[in-house]
Amino acid sequence: MPLLDIAGLTVTFSTDAHQFIAVDDVDLTIDEGEVVGVVGESGSGKSVMALSLLGLIDFPGRVGARRMTFAGHDLRGIGDRERRDLVGKDIAMIFQDPLASLDPCYTVAHQLMEALAVHGTERERSSRVARRTRALELLQQVEIPDAAARLNAYPHQLSGGMAQRVMIAMAISCQPRLLIADEPTTALDVTVQAQVLDLLLRIQRETHMALILITHDLAIVAETAHRVIVMYAGQQVETGPLPEVFETPAHPYTQALLAALPESSRDHARLQAIPGVVPGAHDRPAGCLLSPRCRYAVARCHRDEPALLGPPGRGARCHFRLDAQGHPTGGWALERRVEAIET
Amino acid sequence: MLAFLLRRIVLIVPTFIGVTLLAFALIHLIPGDPVENISGERGMDPARRERLLHEFGLDKPLPVQYIEYVGQVLRGNLGTSLTTHEDVSTEFLTLFPATIELAFFALLFSVIVGLPAGIVAAIKRNTVADYAVMGVSLTGYSMPIFWWALLLILFFSVYLGWTPVSGRISVEYDVPATTGFMLIDTLRSGDFGAFRSALSHLILPSIALGTIPLAVIARMTRSSMLEVLREDYVRTARAKGLPRWQVIVVHALRNALIPVITVIGLQVGLLLSGAILTETIFSWPGVGNWLIHGVQSRDYPVVQGGILLIATIVITVNLIVDMLYGVINPRIRHA
Repeated sequence: MPLLDIAGLTVTFSTDAHQFIAVDDVDLTIDEGEVVGVVGESGSGKSVMALSLLGLIDFPGRVGARRMTFAGHDLRGIGDRERRDLVGKDIAMIFQDPLASLDPCYTVAHQLMEALAVHGTERERSSRVARRTRALELLQQVEIPDAAARLNAYPHQLSGGMAQRVMIAMAISCQPRLLIADEPTTALDVTVQAQVLDLLLRIQRETHMALILITHDLAIVAETAHRVIVMYAGQQVETGPLPEVFETPAHPYTQALLAALPESSRDHARLQAIPGVVPGAHDRPAGCLLSPRCRYAVARCHRDEPALLGPPGRGARCHFRLDAQGHPTGGWALERRVEAIET
Repeated sequence: MLAFLLRRIVLIVPTFIGVTLLAFALIHLIPGDPVENISGERGMDPARRERLLHEFGLDKPLPVQYIEYVGQVLRGNLGTSLTTHEDVSTEFLTLFPATIELAFFALLFSVIVGLPAGIVAAIKRNTVADYAVMGVSLTGYSMPIFWWALLLILFFSVYLGWTPVSGRISVEYDVPATTGFMLIDTLRSGDFGAFRSALSHLILPSIALGTIPLAVIARMTRSSMLEVLREDYVRTARAKGLPRWQVIVVHALRNALIPVITVIGLQVGLLLSGAILTETIFSWPGVGNWLIHGVQSRDYPVVQGGILLIATIVITVNLIVDMLYGVINPRIRHA
């Protein structure tokens, strides 16, 4: 049984007039010790999906799913108290902006010890000294130099990289079985990014926890993840093992993302950007959500919404799934030709 | 912190010059003078009037009077009252405890009610509770003290008969004034009945005076909480699986309090000016009442000295609040 098993996860935000689907029918499973990358542009619903797993979607957001279990617990309709027993202990999360994610009013030690007081071992829950000892241990574990002195530091006295290390220390303090890292390196200096990522992966290997790595950086996912989920406008457009997905993408969006990497543009004068932006609440197109931006789009794409199809664990949400050479299949060439004749 | 303190202290000098000048100018701008007040409607023979004016030093040109006055103030002498012939600072100090007592309880009332009301409104945003808190506080804020105080007296004292109408304590009790704070004095005298009487006399004036600060604090707390509740660190606290109250009190409220503390400090000035009205309505024997009498009898030293002393207190309190700010906000303490 997978550690996390989600099917048909949908998160909607409703106002009086509009309903915005932030996450649309996403399936996600992850086993113990597995690293899954979730990639997509800004606004593709990656973070909202992660927050919904922790029950952090507030009104007017609504979370629904056909199946949503974590280690045997059904997360749908779970009570507040039961959820708190899981969140922060078995499921932990780190965020994009580490400096803003730490409370400016409290020391590093306080914020580390707080989680231990709720979810720590029996000894940690009862003894302040034990909590402090453990907090120091954690700071050493995340390779913070002069850890003892940093315990009494306030967040504004830390650098971004240091703050993210503290966040990681906080997240792993109660030995989570699943860690969700939401753009953990995006706000950091490039030189620090690699260090923090290495640290995260070392801890993942050592503790054998599952890791969901949310990022828009395909390179990070390519280097680290076992599997990847590509998201677009709240939908999962492609999923599969790595490096297979990046070597032979089955969805035009994945193909376009890979083509937009600077490395892929060496033979071209310009970077190959994807035209347009992710549709928002008011401009969701009919048919395939990518159709206005897709270089392969034909009449059917603008009309019918594709389903996630393909072999188990290798789905793509496209009528004309790409083949190993990167060409659309399923009668695409014929449709294109018919269209050309008609116009 | 030391540099900050020094800068603030240096700023006090021009503030004082402004306050003395303003108080001096305003009281002299009011038609009439103390001598005219003494003579009453029957008038006074001009020679005697000249003599009295000379005696009070009011025959000199205004700028000379002002400079002489400032000179006396710098030597710590606020002059003597023209009506009671008592030393102004002594009179102020005897009456001031009554005002402090009133202002303190008004502030206590406004914080005890306003802070939780603001928190509830923020947490239950856009619900009936939120609208109720905001509606009531807006009403309270718009209510003139003199009108609100009269309504309170009419309802609670006259109609329900729950509280006394005015004064600090019932006439039947004679409590020796050792500290000047009625609650403390009555407790020291061991007379529980007197203590209860003093406490019941405090209730309505405190509510009347505390209503505007309450509204300000409630609204400020609400908006500050709403802002803080959106912060990433509140999300972090929730992601740690902390109980809801801990997220709200330990993380959200602590941060939300930073601007609220400043606002509470600013209310002190408002309380002292509001006390003038409140004390007059409730016949509360404090400095507000005393200042009003001073203005009515054109008692120049009393008005000038009273305003100066009140200004000093407001400035000092604000200074203390600014220093408290550092205690509650580590970013300032370590800056």
